[in-house]
Amino acid sequence: MRHRFPALLIVLMLFSGGALGEHLLMVRASTGFPETMLNLQTSLKEHGYTLSRVQHVDIGLTASGYQTDKYRMVFFGKPHEIRQLTADYPQLIPYLPLKVTIFAEQEETIVVTEDLTQLPELAPNREVMILFMRWKSDMLSIMEELRVADED
Amino acid sequence: MRSRHYLSLLLLLFATGLTAAPDGRVLYVQHCAACHGLDGRGGVGVPLSLPDFLATVDDRYLFQTIRLGRPGRTMPAFQTLSDAQVDAIVNHLRGWEPKGLKTSITAELIQGDPRNGKKIYDKRCAECHGMNGEGGEGTGVTFSRPRDHSIIAPALNNSGFLASTSDQVIKATLVRGRMGTPMAALPDKGFSDQEINDIVSYVRSFEDRPIVWHRESGNEPILEMESSYSLEETVENIKRAAIGKNFRVIRVQTLENGLFPEDQENKKQVMVYFCNFSFINQALSVDPRVGLFLPCRITAVEKDGVVKLIAINPIYLARLYNNSGLDEMCQEMFVLYQEIMEEATL
Repeated sequence: MRHRFPALLIVLMLFSGGALGEHLLMVRASTGFPETMLNLQTSLKEHGYTLSRVQHVDIGLTASGYQTDKYRMVFFGKPHEIRQLTADYPQLIPYLPLKVTIFAEQEETIVVTEDLTQLPELAPNREVMILFMRWKSDMLSIMEELRVADED
Repeated sequence: MRSRHYLSLLLLLFATGLTAAPDGRVLYVQHCAACHGLDGRGGVGVPLSLPDFLATVDDRYLFQTIRLGRPGRTMPAFQTLSDAQVDAIVNHLRGWEPKGLKTSITAELIQGDPRNGKKIYDKRCAECHGMNGEGGEGTGVTFSRPRDHSIIAPALNNSGFLASTSDQVIKATLVRGRMGTPMAALPDKGFSDQEINDIVSYVRSFEDRPIVWHRESGNEPILEMESSYSLEETVENIKRAAIGKNFRVIRVQTLENGLFPEDQENKKQVMVYFCNFSFINQALSVDPRVGLFLPCRITAVEKDGVVKLIAINPIYLARLYNNSGLDEMCQEMFVLYQEIMEEATL
């Protein structure tokens, strides 16, 4: 599993404090839920990921008094990368495919995902940690696209 | 040669980032807006643009709050930001302050009677802030979640809060109240200056008996058990065990489903998804970001003739959230996962 992600860039990313939160990656998009969901899926594809599934987590939410039922999980990954990782490192299986949570907050939309670089015990070696960093870099790029979507 | 050029460019960009004056608005959008809202209205985090809030806190309070966070209360400690960057965010927040509203905050200590303060606190404050100052349940304000109050009362017995706040900040808040929240101005309720000082002294006395946020150890990222059954039998066992614990099995699929054409999927990695909707609702009220734990899932994997059950360790994953309420739920979930896995492999 060769990576093309420059090691220097990883170091700079870590020291530049580029995370949106300190332990979770989060963004607030000014666009509404349907548009943000579409933008998310488009951006994931543009970053080379395949969407495997969208899971509704809203069954019974409105019935329970929640003002929104727009709450979804989006699962995604790079197929051959996922296959190789689960074969080489079975401990990663519960964390794959990758996923993001997307939910409506009034007219805006929140997108949040795990920053796996904050879970060092999950990475058995440097190669996997570098991969986590690339995923983080991709997510930051995707989230920035979602954030500025209404400025286009 | 090309890589050297690339290296120089990156170093130049990095150096520029370090030396340029930080832009508070950009930093706020990058680090704060997801929780507190683009305009500070609040969301997962508390509202920051309330005039009464900005009028009653000093810059030190804001700076230290960003730096130290609120352990166990969702707000992370932003320790990778430079002082200049934190200052820039504070200045950005100050931009929301209506002119003429600012209260002058001094560093003067307040001498009150904490015993009398406790009596008043127990009667008037504990309902929202908790008997021990632990704060209300949940996070921030309610836009999309049903909650009893429009804002979750902050934890006053919190090391981040107590280290950030001065006596005068607490007093200013009690005197002014927070319009738009249930926090009333105490003089309007008939409290004297001395009584307000007594409450300040009592809140300050939390430092003598702090609530220590105990993060569960749980350093293992996964839960894993070996099954003596075949893969198919193990999957059925997981389903049965989950149902036995009041979960509903919502989906069974291969891990590679949706990533590869069906005939090319690895059939030896089977995920069983299950839910308890009452548990989900409870979890969402504790932290709306909790979707990353959902749906509950145990994966049955067959490799080299050995069948294993693997799941996330919820206690381990909870460390990303800085939410003591969620920690408790993850402890519960940890036990349930273990029981289901044990039952499925018996």
